[in-house]
Amino acid sequence: MSVRGVAHIAGVFEHPLREIPEKTVPQIHAEVAVGALADAGLSMADVDAYYSAGDAPGFGALSMADYLGLDCHQLDDTETGGSSYLLHVQHAAQAIAAGQIDVALITLAGKPRTGGAGPGGSARFSSAPEAGFENHFGMGVISGYAMAATRHMHEFGTTSAQLAEIKVAASTHAQHNPGAFLQDVVSVDQVLESRMISDPLHLLDACVITDGGGALVVVSEAVAKTLDRHTIPVLGTGFGFKGTNSGRVDLTYTGARTSGAAAFDEAQVTPDDIDYASIYDSFTITVLVTIEDLGFCEKGKGGEFVLDGALQAPFGKLPFNTDGGGLCNNHPANRGGMTKVIEAVRQLRGEAHAAVQVPDCQLALAHGTGGSMATRMGSATLILGRDQ
Amino acid sequence: MTDSYQSYLPAKPPHPTIETQPFWDATAQGRIDLAKCDVCGFIPFYPRLICPDCQSTSMTWTTMSGQGTIYSYSVTRAGVSRTWKEHLPFVLAYVQLDEGPMMLTNIVDCDVDAVEIGAPVTAVFDDTGEGTAIIRFTPLN
Repeated sequence: MSVRGVAHIAGVFEHPLREIPEKTVPQIHAEVAVGALADAGLSMADVDAYYSAGDAPGFGALSMADYLGLDCHQLDDTETGGSSYLLHVQHAAQAIAAGQIDVALITLAGKPRTGGAGPGGSARFSSAPEAGFENHFGMGVISGYAMAATRHMHEFGTTSAQLAEIKVAASTHAQHNPGAFLQDVVSVDQVLESRMISDPLHLLDACVITDGGGALVVVSEAVAKTLDRHTIPVLGTGFGFKGTNSGRVDLTYTGARTSGAAAFDEAQVTPDDIDYASIYDSFTITVLVTIEDLGFCEKGKGGEFVLDGALQAPFGKLPFNTDGGGLCNNHPANRGGMTKVIEAVRQLRGEAHAAVQVPDCQLALAHGTGGSMATRMGSATLILGRDQ
Repeated sequence: MTDSYQSYLPAKPPHPTIETQPFWDATAQGRIDLAKCDVCGFIPFYPRLICPDCQSTSMTWTTMSGQGTIYSYSVTRAGVSRTWKEHLPFVLAYVQLDEGPMMLTNIVDCDVDAVEIGAPVTAVFDDTGEGTAIIRFTPLN
């Protein structure tokens, strides 16, 4: 069953801070929930479904719904890492289509910058079936993405300078965002001269580490009609899982191949129709491979695609991450999916910064990546439109 | 284990499960033993006792050659936990065994800047001191 157009994003909120030492993670969840509901013109009492992921402490959605004082009849704690919040939009749309709910609240919060450990309980990971076979080798998050980059370069001739173009575009946008963690425009050379962390990825190929959070309010069409706010119809949704394929590892593509195809199919549009894209940018390589997998260019041609300011708003061929993205603005709780949706909504409402607002933005894509690149990952894609 | 080997990288004892004990027992003998499906012949990695391709539960522990090639790698130079910091730089890699399965590992006893995709490697068994070994690889040439 297609959920095309049955759900609308009515409220969004990005926590304004990037360092929040004086508040707890539940407090940040609550602040962003209040912010998104206010943006929609709704209140906590209107919420009948609540969604959270691995960043929610304790019993996840149960603990947080209780903390927030919610009286709702649907909870969803689906955890697919940084892509979770886009998948939650799909789940909310499905529940709305089934007539089960009218107002869904989705929250994300965390403080990896000032509060120590990131999301994901270590106890949960140490009992994973793969744990004994992957935990002995000193693998950090960046190394998995770095190995994907090494292989991409080997197979397709992609270069570090091409990857750097992605960071350059993000930084060009971030200079206009007063909330961005990094606001300085950087050059390709500056990226290439930054410290090598895990070959071939440099420090400036990596996203920022920030405290913060965000929230979305997804509503039925009936509720959307009662609101003053310009609501954003969800036209296409897709999810893709990609694993190690039981030891037949292929690092050159991601679950975006599946999630993108499903979302475009549901929305009945093609990559050429997209005016703006929020693309998950944990690392520059994440963006490059995702652009290929979503069909914006052929497999292996991502390096050429990103040249000549292609990703720079407002006039590049695919303006991306106009808030500065995870590479420069914000990657709250080490999870960038929430902020991807928020900036896409700003673009469609015409509320992005004037310097990066895509003129007459009608159709936007938001994409989330969760887990480890190409080896145990969840990819989620949303295609969002404008109310007619 | 005949000749006890230790690389310069940490080799913490693993936590074998009732499903993976034979794998870890074999490492102590300097062997890579993986569960091979008796029905379809598939050898999954990591090892498991229900075949992910055909769901057969008839799996036989089978000894691999220990030879493989590098599928991809990264020289890690920063951004690791305290345990690993003193071992920087080190090489993380996916190695494809000659029998097919691909495994995450380290390339050791090598010039970290000379590691290449496609290079042939052979397994070394890094003694944990507790009757098991961590499987790493070293370049053949």
